[in-house]
Amino acid sequence: MLRLELVGISKQYPAVRANDNVDLRVEPGEIHAVLGENGAGKSTMMKMIYGAVRPDAGEIRWNGEPVDIKSPLQARNLGISMVYQHFSLFDTLSAAENVWLGLDKRLKLPEITRRISRVSKEYGLDVEPLRPVHSLSVGERQRVEIVRALLTEPKLLILDEPTSVLTPQAVQKLFVTLRQLAADGCSILYISHKLDEIRALCHRCTVLRGGKVTGTVDPREQDNASLSRLMIGAEPPQLQHKPVHAGALAFAVQGLSVPQRDQFGTALSDIAVEVRAGEIVGVAGVSGNGQQELMAVLSGEDLRAPANSIRLFGKDVARHSPRRRRKEGLHFVPEERLGRGAVPAMSLAGNTLLTRTEGVSAAGWIDTAKVQRLAARLIERFNVKAGGTGAAARSLSGGNLQKFIVGREIDANPKVLIVSQPTWGVDVGAAALIRGELLKLRDAGCALLVVSEELDELFEIADRLVVIAQGRMSPSIATADASVERIGEWMSGLWPKGGEPPPAVPAARVAGVHHAQA
Amino acid sequence: MLKLEPRPQPSRWMSVASPVLALVLTAILAAGLFAALGKDPVQGLSMYFVVPLSSLRQISEVLLKATPLIIIALGLAVCYRSDVWNIGAEGQYLLGVLGGGGVALWLTTQGLVLPKIVVVPLVVIGGTLGGMAWAAIVALLRDRFNASEILVSLMLVYVAQQLVNYMVFGPWKDPKGFGFPQTRNFDVSTWLPNLIPGTRLHIGLLFALALVALTWVFMFRIYRGYQLQVGGLAPLAARYAGFSSSASLWTALMISGGLAGLAGALDAVGTLQQINPHLSAGLGFTAIIVCFVGRLNPLGIVFAGLLLSMMIIGGELGQSRLGLPNALTGVFQGLLLVLLLACDTLINYRIRVRSALAAAR
Repeated sequence: MLRLELVGISKQYPAVRANDNVDLRVEPGEIHAVLGENGAGKSTMMKMIYGAVRPDAGEIRWNGEPVDIKSPLQARNLGISMVYQHFSLFDTLSAAENVWLGLDKRLKLPEITRRISRVSKEYGLDVEPLRPVHSLSVGERQRVEIVRALLTEPKLLILDEPTSVLTPQAVQKLFVTLRQLAADGCSILYISHKLDEIRALCHRCTVLRGGKVTGTVDPREQDNASLSRLMIGAEPPQLQHKPVHAGALAFAVQGLSVPQRDQFGTALSDIAVEVRAGEIVGVAGVSGNGQQELMAVLSGEDLRAPANSIRLFGKDVARHSPRRRRKEGLHFVPEERLGRGAVPAMSLAGNTLLTRTEGVSAAGWIDTAKVQRLAARLIERFNVKAGGTGAAARSLSGGNLQKFIVGREIDANPKVLIVSQPTWGVDVGAAALIRGELLKLRDAGCALLVVSEELDELFEIADRLVVIAQGRMSPSIATADASVERIGEWMSGLWPKGGEPPPAVPAARVAGVHHAQA
Repeated sequence: MLKLEPRPQPSRWMSVASPVLALVLTAILAAGLFAALGKDPVQGLSMYFVVPLSSLRQISEVLLKATPLIIIALGLAVCYRSDVWNIGAEGQYLLGVLGGGGVALWLTTQGLVLPKIVVVPLVVIGGTLGGMAWAAIVALLRDRFNASEILVSLMLVYVAQQLVNYMVFGPWKDPKGFGFPQTRNFDVSTWLPNLIPGTRLHIGLLFALALVALTWVFMFRIYRGYQLQVGGLAPLAARYAGFSSSASLWTALMISGGLAGLAGALDAVGTLQQINPHLSAGLGFTAIIVCFVGRLNPLGIVFAGLLLSMMIIGGELGQSRLGLPNALTGVFQGLLLVLLLACDTLINYRIRVRSALAAAR
């Protein structure tokens, strides 16, 4: 008997048919991958299984019985648990208190604490129940979420992109836990777009494209190319990676220390990195290790950097506003597209003006015709699918808006370009286009600093890698000399000391131990 | 069965139609109110929508009242688009009354007779600076101490009212005014030039029309205006672009404070030719409604200003001719704003009729 079966499920939203006659069959104890690009309908499918959205047509069967799941509460009572990509934990409460909140109110806290310890021991999920959540690393927080889900003794566990916040080592650890869970009879729905992980972990894989199922396969018998054909209908284009011709020193960061902005922020401590013209330096690291803080300081959105800590062609720009840095040739692509990289309610033409002032006279007069032409050029050059220059930024899909924003900065011919998460939430085709454009810009002699949480991406485009962990930065290593294992180790803060000037990182400061209050 | 369903894109058409729909609904409810008060609804409605347009004299009064409403609302539109919630335009208006009126009063008491080409700019500058000074307090407290501009600007209205009271009960009181709290009449030489002979309409209307054009240009053609709106729509994007939020705050408040002050000066010197405590009658608050009914758009504000002015004049007419209660104007203004906000739902949502069959399924 199947644990879960979806038969002919459809869901129509005003503008899009999110699920179109979708079938899904999950056996007991099976790890079943749901693979698809952003917007393929994965989340809608999960929301229907979890009772957050109701299907327009079709039937959901649970252990062979047709069910009408009206709410997440009902789903939990059936034995369905979900771990979201974005955690829902209260920072000021302890892990045990957070778990307690989601459970039966009659249970007492000491009882919960005991059960957490038991479950974490059983599945090798190292969680200290009494630690406050704000002191936990992202991986630890995820483990709290998983433990919370497990305490309800689920028959089906849904995991939404669980590895996006983990080091390679932590991913391996998670897989061990999941395999053990499956062996105990719990079915697992594993939502992801990372092909390697699916092939390593899952027993079956249902692939979605444009709301329809394009195939159900055994991922262990597939290779990345065949899975990606199912997912996007084509293989992603290969990138042209020419040899580096690193030129003069363009961008140098030295002795950059910035205290944490608030209790939950990360302090930057004695960061040093250099980027030469014509090379891409990748910044790897698990999210929440100071990337956001570093980006804000480098872009000028945060002006607390000490004098002389940021130099552009030898000139101190640490106290320059973002506009001034842009005039001096430093452009920046932030990770949030809507609301930071673009104004959601404004047209693409209006959003062009955000960082491109060719259409503005010295007196501050806007030449709208010129701005329109520039926006139209960006749309054409970077293959942005939008309803013209007048389309509001928020009407674009994530990938198209990202192409527009990255394109806007590339088209400015920057001398130094800092990009944060260039392909976050972007489909495979758009991601390949963006990476290709970054490489072209490098070949044209621009110095690029790329921050990404996707190691594959950094290995693909970067010439040198550095790792940021707990607000400190590792020495750089040529990508050719690096391996995923080595970078993964560095991501826990364990890089070799010496060679590079300070800082000496105390050996005790390993992953999981929260950073000292600077 | 009716169902509200989100639209994939906000409807442009509805954003224009919504104020019209709100107006129609207000008129329907108003007719019901008249009937409940025992008055003829047709006659009542005609007081608001027909009589104010029935003669040149009436039309000139509508235009006269619309002038300050439009000028204040233009400034507020800049402010609200910047996400700066100045709701104390009334106070800034009163300081404009004191600034512009003060210039005229000083010239009168000194017996100085200057040509209009000198007097008008002096009055305008006096009023604008008065409004700016009052708004500067708001900006300073917000910028320096992060005090809510909503509360500060609102509370400063009451301070401004007391300030006007103090002036007209005290230092500026008309010595020959039989003890009434008012200044002496300003000298004829300080009055604003008349626009249509035989009416009270003065060149303030031309200021309003010129400012409509200037505000439109500022909002849609000047980089500074663009920066303000980015700050209002997406503060993080403004920081990313490198626009200073404190500069935006000050610009928005100086523009709206200055314009409210200008409106006060034009009213004091042009319309009343003296200062008394009843000069404003809440125009600074009515202008907030004008601003929203006009969709924060300079051209929309012209129409909304005329509409609200008609409602004020209509209320006065209804009071004198039909014996309608004075509070009715306020009721209608409130109704219009509430209905507008309700109708605005339809910009982002549409109504779908689901058949009983589909609902049952």
